[in-house]
Amino acid sequence: MSVQTLTADQITAGESLPELSKDVSPVTVVLGAMASRDWRPQHHDYKFATENNGVQDIFMNTPNLAAWFERYVTDWTGPYGRMGWIRFRMKDSVFPGETMVFNGTVTGVDTDDVGCAWAEVELELVSGGRTTTVCTARVAIPAHEGDNPWKRRGDDWKPEASS
Amino acid sequence: MSELPAEVEGWIGQKRYETEGEFDVEQGYIFTTCSSVENGNPIYWDEKTANEITDGPIAPPAMISVWFRPHLWAPNRTEQAMPLQVHFDLKEIFALPEAVMSDNTVTFGEPVRPGDRLRTWQVLRKVSGEKQTKLGTGRFWDIDVEYVNQRGEWVGTESYTGYGYRRDS
Repeated sequence: MSVQTLTADQITAGESLPELSKDVSPVTVVLGAMASRDWRPQHHDYKFATENNGVQDIFMNTPNLAAWFERYVTDWTGPYGRMGWIRFRMKDSVFPGETMVFNGTVTGVDTDDVGCAWAEVELELVSGGRTTTVCTARVAIPAHEGDNPWKRRGDDWKPEASS
Repeated sequence: MSELPAEVEGWIGQKRYETEGEFDVEQGYIFTTCSSVENGNPIYWDEKTANEITDGPIAPPAMISVWFRPHLWAPNRTEQAMPLQVHFDLKEIFALPEAVMSDNTVTFGEPVRPGDRLRTWQVLRKVSGEKQTKLGTGRFWDIDVEYVNQRGEWVGTESYTGYGYRRDS
C-alpha cells in the first residue's frame, strides 16, 4: 500500500488543514459511545439526556470526540504523523441532526532538542452552526523523507514539550 | 482556611484507584473505534503498513481510556464499577447529581499494542469553590489519569476538568 508522507519542510505556519464535514445521526453518537465503552445513558437514551442533563438530545461523548480530532489531524499528516498531545475544550455538545465541520490551522513548526519535528495546530469543531469544541494538538511529523517519528522511544520521544 | 472537606483535601495529589485493565488491548475494538470515526489510516487496517511504520499493529493513541472502561455488568460484582471513579466520588461527596467534562488534555507516550495489558491510576489535582454557570450551581475539578503498559513504560496521561452541578430550580 502506498502511503502519503507529509514532511516538516512541506508545512508552514498559517496554512489551513483541509475541511472535514460529517452529518451526525443517532448512530454516529451511539456507535462512538459504544466503541469507547461508554455506557452512560446520556449518550444513547434520549429521555435521560433531555430530562436529566437538560439538553436537547443525546450527545457525543468525550473519548469519541478525541478520536474524531485524532482522525482529522492524521488525515492531514498521513500515517507517519504521531500525536504528541491533544487538548480540547468543549463549549457545547454535538447532537444528532447536526453537521460537524472540522477546520484547522498550523500555528507553528519546530524541531525539539532530540531532532523530532513537530507541527502545532489549532482546530475548531462547528456543529449545528455552533462552535462546540476548540482544540490544540501537537503532532510529530517526519523531518524529511525516510524519517519516522514512530521509531522514537524513551528519551527520544518528548511529547510534553511545546513551542 | 480551605472550604473543602478534609476528606477531599486528603485526596489531592494522591495516587488512587490503581488498577489493571480487565482485558488485553484487542484488535476488534481498534477496528470498531476507527469505524466509528471513519478513520482509514492504514497503520490501523493494513498489517504490512503497520509493520513498516509502527513495528506492528497499534491502537489509535486517543483510545487510551477505552481499555479501562469497565463492563456494565460482570459476575459477582455487587456495585456498578465506574470509570474515572474520583470524578464520581466528588459528585457524591458534594451532592452534585449532574456533571460534564469541559477540558481534556491527553499526552501520548509509547504506542499501545494489541495484547498489551495496561495499568492506570487517578490523581485529583484541584477542586474549585462553588460556582454558578448556565448549567446550574456546582464545582470544577481537575483529575489526571496516568497509564503504563505491562513493562512499566508510560503510555499516556489524560487530564480532565469536570464540572459537577445541580440544576437550579
